[in-house]
Amino acid sequence: MIRELTCIVCPKGCPLKVELENGAVINVTGHTCPRGKTYAINECTHPMRTITTTVRAENGEVVPVKTSTTIPKELMFACMKEVNRATVKLPAKIGDVVIANVLETGADIVVAANVD
Amino acid sequence: MKQIDLVIIGGGPAGMSAAVAAYESGVRNLLILERDAHLGGILQQCIHNGFGLHRFGEELTGPEYAWRYEKQVRELEIPYKLNTMVLDITPDKVVTATNSEEGIFQIQAKAVILAMGCRERAKGALNIAGTRPAGIYSAGTAQKFVNLKGYMPGKNVVILGSGDIGLIMARRMTLEGAKVHAVCELMPYSGGLARNIEQCLHDFDIPLKLSHTVVGIHGKERLEGVTIAKVDERRRPIPETSEYIACDTLLLSVGLIPENELSKTAKVELDRVTSGAVVDQDRQTAVEGIYACGNVLHVHDLVDYVSEEAEIAGKSAAAYINGESAEGVDVSLKADGKIRYTVPQRITQKKDVTVYFRVADVYRNVTVKVKDGDTVVFSRKKPKVAPGEMESITLKPEMFENAKELSFELEVQ
Repeated sequence: MIRELTCIVCPKGCPLKVELENGAVINVTGHTCPRGKTYAINECTHPMRTITTTVRAENGEVVPVKTSTTIPKELMFACMKEVNRATVKLPAKIGDVVIANVLETGADIVVAANVD
Repeated sequence: MKQIDLVIIGGGPAGMSAAVAAYESGVRNLLILERDAHLGGILQQCIHNGFGLHRFGEELTGPEYAWRYEKQVRELEIPYKLNTMVLDITPDKVVTATNSEEGIFQIQAKAVILAMGCRERAKGALNIAGTRPAGIYSAGTAQKFVNLKGYMPGKNVVILGSGDIGLIMARRMTLEGAKVHAVCELMPYSGGLARNIEQCLHDFDIPLKLSHTVVGIHGKERLEGVTIAKVDERRRPIPETSEYIACDTLLLSVGLIPENELSKTAKVELDRVTSGAVVDQDRQTAVEGIYACGNVLHVHDLVDYVSEEAEIAGKSAAAYINGESAEGVDVSLKADGKIRYTVPQRITQKKDVTVYFRVADVYRNVTVKVKDGDTVVFSRKKPKVAPGEMESITLKPEMFENAKELSFELEVQ
């Protein structure tokens, strides 16, 4: 079976073709960098995504945050729930950890903007 | 009147990159004027990732990308004034500005860099029939509410226009618990990046309705629904295809317009296609010593290219202030229509020149040709080009040193 994908690793958006046999990846074509190949394999076996959102500060303001690395795609909404339950203290600095190892994914929720 | 060598209008990605580049080229007497309360421009509300892959080789969020430059501005102690609105620029480079501490003040600059960015095309430009209830926002306004203020504009959403901001907001609203019923796009193709169709729409099963538009708005106080319809090849709605979608929010992502009111006061010549200044390879406008870069010059797809362009403007403004210049030529660049525009539009110096352009439609298996009369001086094949993606080629001096005009053509097989 051939699965066609659009790579989301960078804005180039390369069209990928992944050859699959019984759910296993045999061959990837169309990628123009090694990260594209990794994306294609993950996407056909276990899709992963970065989450970017905001978390409430104690004074009610919002602070941009992201997952420090990709998490399984099916955990996106569960991850949003965790983040929406958390709060941060101000000032917040880029890289501050808000939730360590969110949902046991190995990814941290980290601050992605400096907010005074 | 205060004398400053270089005044930069706007402290977003373009203004900050230009300032750092000018500083590194020796300009010490410079000033950034920014109307917002922070540096960073629109990147502050672009909290999604995907910025900086070209520049830094890593995937940053908008605020993280902006911080890379703000940090340099602070470390180099480049002066900037926040909450400061520029009111007027004259062709001889007198800048009039105002803020609540200094009142109205004037600066005589040797050089000015225009880096005011762009704004969203508004609903008024669309002429949609129906009532005028609450709940209709530009996608960027909704982005500001959600990402900077922490307010959700609504729960049931239709998005008109598939530009990148619309796609990004489809995902953002969905993650925050709203239901996005459809993204309608007038054209038969999306104006956004392919990766955003994938990760913002497909990931959440949000339908992208190509060749569709909103033909009616319903609701008295608050939006209650919209009527959408398919359009024919001449973009006229087909009445039989009308469909009602109940929703409380309509987001518009229908184009960006460079914000050139100040450029006009400075008598800078504007390009009718880009709505930005006509510039040479240094990003100098037709008014000597006034430069333009970033989205005020032409709307970019990636901020990485904004930084690249702003560095050219910053370095060139520094060279102008220091009285340096290269050997001159005078070549005008013309686009054939399939190629909508080029930036720069003129070449005035013999050096390597990178020319950016956008195409008018989606074309496959094309050859980009640059011609001096009947002679092809540059040619490159591309498997696919699309209006949403900016293209670039680099010309060598020997390709244009004897030319008066270079014509940029797209040959479609």
